[in-house]
Amino acid sequence: MTQENVISIKDLKLHFTTTKGTVQAVDGVDFDLKPTKAVVVVGESGCGKTSLAKAVLRLLPRNAGQYSGKIWLRDIETMSLSDEEYRKQIRWIKMSMVPQAAMNSLNPVLRVGEQVAEPMLVHAGVDKEAALEQAAKMFQNVGVPVDFLNRYPFELSGGMRQRVAIAMALVTAPELVILDEPTSALDVLTQANIFNLLKEIKNGLETSFILITHDISTSSELADIVAVMYAGQIVEVGESHRFFSKPRHPYSIKLMASVPRLRSRAEPDFIVGRPPSLINPPTGCRFAQRCPSRFEKCVNEPPIYRFGDDWVKCWLYEGKGEIK
Amino acid sequence: MTQEELTIKNTTDSSENILVLDDLKVYFVLKKYGFQHAGYVHAVDGVNLHLKRGETIAIVGESGSGKTSLMRTILRLNVPTGGTVTFDGDVVNDLSPVELKAFRQKVGYVQQDPYGAMPPFMNVQTILEEPLKIAGIKDKAERRRRVIQVMDEVKMTPVEDFLTKFPHQLSGGQQQRIVIARAMILDPVLLVADEPVSMLDASVRVEILKLLRNLQATHNLAVIYITHDLATVRYFSEYIYVMYAGQIIEKAPESELIDNTAHPYTHALLAATSDPDPKNVDEMQDVPPGEPPSLVNPPQGCRFHPRCPHMMPGLCDVEVPPEFDLKNDHLVSCWLFREHEIANERS
Repeated sequence: MTQENVISIKDLKLHFTTTKGTVQAVDGVDFDLKPTKAVVVVGESGCGKTSLAKAVLRLLPRNAGQYSGKIWLRDIETMSLSDEEYRKQIRWIKMSMVPQAAMNSLNPVLRVGEQVAEPMLVHAGVDKEAALEQAAKMFQNVGVPVDFLNRYPFELSGGMRQRVAIAMALVTAPELVILDEPTSALDVLTQANIFNLLKEIKNGLETSFILITHDISTSSELADIVAVMYAGQIVEVGESHRFFSKPRHPYSIKLMASVPRLRSRAEPDFIVGRPPSLINPPTGCRFAQRCPSRFEKCVNEPPIYRFGDDWVKCWLYEGKGEIK
Repeated sequence: MTQEELTIKNTTDSSENILVLDDLKVYFVLKKYGFQHAGYVHAVDGVNLHLKRGETIAIVGESGSGKTSLMRTILRLNVPTGGTVTFDGDVVNDLSPVELKAFRQKVGYVQQDPYGAMPPFMNVQTILEEPLKIAGIKDKAERRRRVIQVMDEVKMTPVEDFLTKFPHQLSGGQQQRIVIARAMILDPVLLVADEPVSMLDASVRVEILKLLRNLQATHNLAVIYITHDLATVRYFSEYIYVMYAGQIIEKAPESELIDNTAHPYTHALLAATSDPDPKNVDEMQDVPPGEPPSLVNPPQGCRFHPRCPHMMPGLCDVEVPPEFDLKNDHLVSCWLFREHEIANERS
């Protein structure tokens, strides 16, 4: 099914069991991604962005409860695979991840070269020499001097460590890489350098990206498609040119208005209130409480209205787009 | 002294200036094996700065540029190695402990990480009462009145609901409001805010910045806003100082700096600051490679020269550029502008 998409997600759910109740961190997410494209998932903190990344790569914490839905990678339906098969066939072979605060996720007592070679040893089953050779090649691709192979993480600057973490995600040449806040801890110039690198990789190696971030300004450096997440659900998916000039969902509009801009005098505005708790999310539209254009219909869950490849989950578009 | 020189002296030395930094230097000693002297970290190296009562300035720079060391020295948490900090006519360097206490009551400090800045075992009321107790306000009812007043000002309402809460029960934005309330409770004349919004969500960020701006206007506060984010500076400050490797390399009024950028480093900072624009996907950002230099042995001459696209060998890597006056209150330390006059009196 859906072989033209790198990844195709249907009704993905990931709930966590806590002492206070079930947290519906990812609650019915659908989206498709075409090859060599980058989708950016944006939203406030606590809306389930990182949980989505973990659900896609099946990196579940111990308190994971319900985990359901369908994920196709090209023509493999990964949700039906056993954990062992998943580890051997999917994780880091077809899909890898650069975790949040990746610069601090390196093992402090292993040389960075070994760490970059490790995915090759574990997942691709090559010998150590070949793996190190591949690691050296990756270092060149991400702009880290090759003689850094024998260094330890503490000997590298933050930007360099981030590049190493990216090298580790790319070393097995996966088709899809998930980047979770790849530059949030870095300086502006370093951040710009990392985004330049990601652009080169996207164009040169034909990799697809899922970029998870709360920073809409920098996300525009990589985005082909923008997916807006709110309270565990995706509320709008849009092609980036259209989205950045004319977002549809009231939450997207508010989110865009809250971005301070350097090159315009427009006054940024904030969104009143806070995202709802994911333990007992409101019924109906989850944004309704904070929405300036709320009306009677919003007490019911809105359907998805399609506009070509873009879609929006909001009652305001009733009769304007096709129901999915 | 000629008449002209006299007027210059009068305008710059007038009591309008609440804070004056003169050639401020902060070095930290490096130790080898715990005791052997192994050089200095030149964290702040010759900074001049003037701040008028009720004025908002921003200090912009990357991490490691010395902006936090500069701020800590203004608060007299670090002792300057050279130069002076003058606050309201008093030289802060040689204040006695008693005078220092009085000085700190006139300066508010908003930390970067609100959760880390508050003791986790104290509730909101105790946190806010602490400065009042230290300031010697013994009347319990008076303390409570001031706590409620300041909570109202930072819009933590209904006040009663929050007074008994502990920091971990508050959201990030609320925590930052309490930190701001604590900084404001003694009615300071100067507020130092060190990256006050960098740990917050985008939508909350704007809310906190607006709150700070309101407080600034209603109390006629002088504010030093320290940040790496040029996009938020625009909404906040009248005057911008750009810092690189321990030195101020460019200073100008806000719109002048952004529209008529001079220093190559400031250009790079601006280029690296993205606006949400779909065209960004197709273009590489024009930023210099490399990283800020070590402050133990900073580069000779201009400290930006190893990364600078306009480096002129034999000049930039040998001689430290003086401040050139580009008019409109705009000063830049870069040899590219050597045909301009050298600024003699710092504004």
